[in-house]
Amino acid sequence: MIANLRPAIVSMVLFTVLLGLAYPLGVTGLAQALFPAQAGGSLIRNASGEIVGSRWIGQNFKDEAYLRPRPSAAGKDGYDAAGSSGSNLGPLNEDLAARIKTDAEALRAESPAPIPVDAVTTSGSGLDPHVSPANAARQVPRIAAARKVPAAEVQAVIAANTEGSTFGLLGEPRVNVLAVNLALDARWPRAQR
Amino acid sequence: MDWRGWAEIVFTIALTVAVGWPLGIYMARVWARETTPLDLVLKPVEAGFYAALGIDRNKGQNWLGYAGAVLAFGAAGFALLYAMLRLQGFLPLNPQGFDGVSPHLAFNTAVSFVTNTNWQSYGGETTLSSLSQMAGLTVQNFVSAGAGLAIAAAVARAFAADRGETLGNFWVDLTRSVLYVLLPVSILTALALVAAGVPQSLLANITAKTLEGADQIIALFPVASQEAIKQWGTNGGGLFNVNSAHPLENPTPLTNLIEVVSLNALAFGTVIAFGRVAGARKEARALLTAMVILVGLGAAAIYSSETLTPQPAMVAAGITDAPANLEGKEARFGAAASSIWAAQTTGASNGSVNSMHGSFMPLGGGVAMFLMQLGEILPGGVGSGLYGMVVMALLAVFVAGLMVGRTPEYLGKKVESREIKFAMLAVLILPLAILGFSAIAAVLPVALEGLLNKGPRGLSEILYAYSSAAGNNGSAFAGLTANAPWWNTTLGIAMLLGRFAYMVPVIAMAGAIAAKPKLAPTAGTLPSDSPLFVGLLIGIILILGGLQFFPALALGPIVEHFQVLAATR
Repeated sequence: MIANLRPAIVSMVLFTVLLGLAYPLGVTGLAQALFPAQAGGSLIRNASGEIVGSRWIGQNFKDEAYLRPRPSAAGKDGYDAAGSSGSNLGPLNEDLAARIKTDAEALRAESPAPIPVDAVTTSGSGLDPHVSPANAARQVPRIAAARKVPAAEVQAVIAANTEGSTFGLLGEPRVNVLAVNLALDARWPRAQR
Repeated sequence: MDWRGWAEIVFTIALTVAVGWPLGIYMARVWARETTPLDLVLKPVEAGFYAALGIDRNKGQNWLGYAGAVLAFGAAGFALLYAMLRLQGFLPLNPQGFDGVSPHLAFNTAVSFVTNTNWQSYGGETTLSSLSQMAGLTVQNFVSAGAGLAIAAAVARAFAADRGETLGNFWVDLTRSVLYVLLPVSILTALALVAAGVPQSLLANITAKTLEGADQIIALFPVASQEAIKQWGTNGGGLFNVNSAHPLENPTPLTNLIEVVSLNALAFGTVIAFGRVAGARKEARALLTAMVILVGLGAAAIYSSETLTPQPAMVAAGITDAPANLEGKEARFGAAASSIWAAQTTGASNGSVNSMHGSFMPLGGGVAMFLMQLGEILPGGVGSGLYGMVVMALLAVFVAGLMVGRTPEYLGKKVESREIKFAMLAVLILPLAILGFSAIAAVLPVALEGLLNKGPRGLSEILYAYSSAAGNNGSAFAGLTANAPWWNTTLGIAMLLGRFAYMVPVIAMAGAIAAKPKLAPTAGTLPSDSPLFVGLLIGIILILGGLQFFPALALGPIVEHFQVLAATR
């Protein structure tokens, strides 16, 4: 055991320098040089250069004129990007049933259309940047009415920000909520509403 | 469920094996110290390591020496990481200004990473500094995986040896596995992930002004570099609380594919490398086949459960068209990508998640739990999965030998009482740690305080936690609030048992096998590369796991499944 003392300690020190410092810092340098936008968190800036969010982090849109995201369990009010969390509620949990019932009633008050599953379930991260195309389509009449614009044009903005399964094989079709709302505001600036 | 989902599952498993196979061929050369294309860069670094460590690279170790080195290295890693976490508040690279970590959480986290478990009692973005993540956790992600690979190399040599006395040199196997295998694949994967959208930044939190005028604090880290080794090393400890469900760890279906393939590829590759070093390529392919069949069945079962089981909360809310359970799942992944990940991560002692297993339907969560309880061999952790599978293969030939009344052989080595005793010692650790601790926790008020869900789901939270810890997996039914003294301490002990109390008997078994003469197969030898053997092996794995854990599973996921059916009738 004594014979192992030196290699055990020395190897931990060397590995810490190589793998704990050189590796992440080297990858950071390369990543920042090659792919600066992605490495920096895919941040989106407005015309005056302010950061309005990240392409990958959902925001808790409540305004009627915006596409709304899925419910979120991250933080007290949802979409706390510094405290990701799922609900972790099991299928028989009473809190889950109560939450889904309340949310479903609110959605029915808005439209009689069928409710897509993702509209009443929280994501794993609580920061899901996407909704399903069905969920987005269901919100079109509300957004169009709030903005006083034709529904078909709102649907067109959503369609432009919808992605299918990658290579037709991986993942689900989805709509990026922040991208849609930025596009809606660009098309119909807020002052004109 | 739909055809695209099934196609994604089949494609993912096929691609994982296809990536792992050539890696295994390469890794066999690394273990055998043959030349590789990376020698030009890495040979000098490697030589420098040996000089600094003060070891003779040509001097082999017997099983006791090898096991001693493994334990010494684990102890040194634990001490360094524990100190780093406790002293975090005084150390640099702490842009968020986090304090030192509490003693029980530091113990749990240090054990968790040294044992290649990566159970997360911590919430990364709210607890740990960049220094702790990089110089602490990332380092252990590499070296705990490297230690597993080293032992796999030693077991492979034991079967190749003819009256051998040594198993190789742990320090050489460790250094070469890290430098020549884990480091290069991690660099390439990290850069690919950044290109596909994963951040890699040393900045502190960023404050965004949302369109509705609120402040949103976005936590950034050097994510990609840790993400890569977290997957390749079957570690699984995420930077963020929700692991690979977090859109910054895993923003697109493409990053998801890269991550889920790197989760299992090296463990499959280890089997191929074993076959080459042990001189048993066909037999290794039989082990691989058994792994693929079982993990594929697991993925199919989870996908079916998540898409076919009726959901009580939806039925109660009057939502009749609910094609999949999306609670705890990301919209971009859906049920299929979440199910294949769940099967691969629980079959592999990885424990990273891209959806919340705690919100799975009862049987989906139950299958994930069962995959861990089968011993983390499908394909298991890098290195550890292989040697766990070899233990199962020895038990399979032993049982077959009992049936026909012959001394069994495996890969040209007679399997006798000493090896079987060590093998049984190893496999009995899992039920001891899982069922023993679960039984105590189920009646202890201080333990029950941590549960989120009641009834069978609550029991599942307990059972899942200890299965995950003892199997060195690290995923959770995360409703459990595990960051409390009882859970941090007992889960830490379960992790130590599952890692080292398994490893040492395996190394002892390898020593016994190495010392035996290598025999040529005779007409009476059970061929261990046939479909018959694959069937026998699968049978042994399922019977052993089922006998041990079925009673507990019946009280958790299975009874809950019938409750769900009753509630939705």
